[in-house]
Amino acid sequence: MRFSEIESHLHKFRAGIAGAGGLGSNCAVALARSGIGSLVIADFDVIEPANLNRQYYFTDQTGRLKTDALKENIARINPSVKVITHNIKLDEKNIPDVFAGCDVIVEAFDRNDMKEMLIETILSEMPGIPVVIGSGLAGFGNNETIRSRKIDDTLYVCGDESTTAGDDLPPMAPRVGIVANMQANTVIDILMNKK
Amino acid sequence: MKILLNNREEEFEGETMSVTRMLELKKFSFRMRIIKLNGTLIPKEKYDTVIISNGDNVQMLYLMSGG
Repeated sequence: MRFSEIESHLHKFRAGIAGAGGLGSNCAVALARSGIGSLVIADFDVIEPANLNRQYYFTDQTGRLKTDALKENIARINPSVKVITHNIKLDEKNIPDVFAGCDVIVEAFDRNDMKEMLIETILSEMPGIPVVIGSGLAGFGNNETIRSRKIDDTLYVCGDESTTAGDDLPPMAPRVGIVANMQANTVIDILMNKK
Repeated sequence: MKILLNNREEEFEGETMSVTRMLELKKFSFRMRIIKLNGTLIPKEKYDTVIISNGDNVQMLYLMSGG
């Protein structure tokens, strides 16, 4: 299949991005470059200098809302992507509204209690919508431990499923980028198999 | 009883067990996780009461911080 055909197929779909940090910003950019039709991006945070070791932002964007900056960056890469932003903290109540109409949702939070909340909410309130999770990406090296697996048609996980990010095991661009791009790759696979 | 645990066949004693019992037997102590039984999400409040039987398909994944 030619890229033009892939791009025009992907253009029919909408993906949700829950969190615009390391996973979300890099995954959104990969999907935008691939020709996704629209992205719904939700985050409440502002860009800090410490984010620039892995997140798809620039030094002159520090202090700005991640949703605004990411929308701007995506427009510079592929202006045909429609980007809908929600500058809010996601919770059990607003998730179904924020991501209504999405064909697939990318879990891109930092904290694992937020990951759990999002997954439980989508599986129970939005049945049938696939969720692509990022779990385990801290540190550097160990390429071979990062994997992707399908639990079932609505649940996919990318990452090593074992490392926890912390002061002595920081999240860094390479491994975060690998997992974010695996998530984007999974989203593309799901959408290419959808009519 | 035989069950499918993360796509691998595993054998346990007895005819049934709760989700909590399976976690004890497998020494799965990390608490941030998602468990699906035959495709249905099991909320953690129900780990004591939901029963796993012969032939069931159990899927579990760990949620690690970092993103």
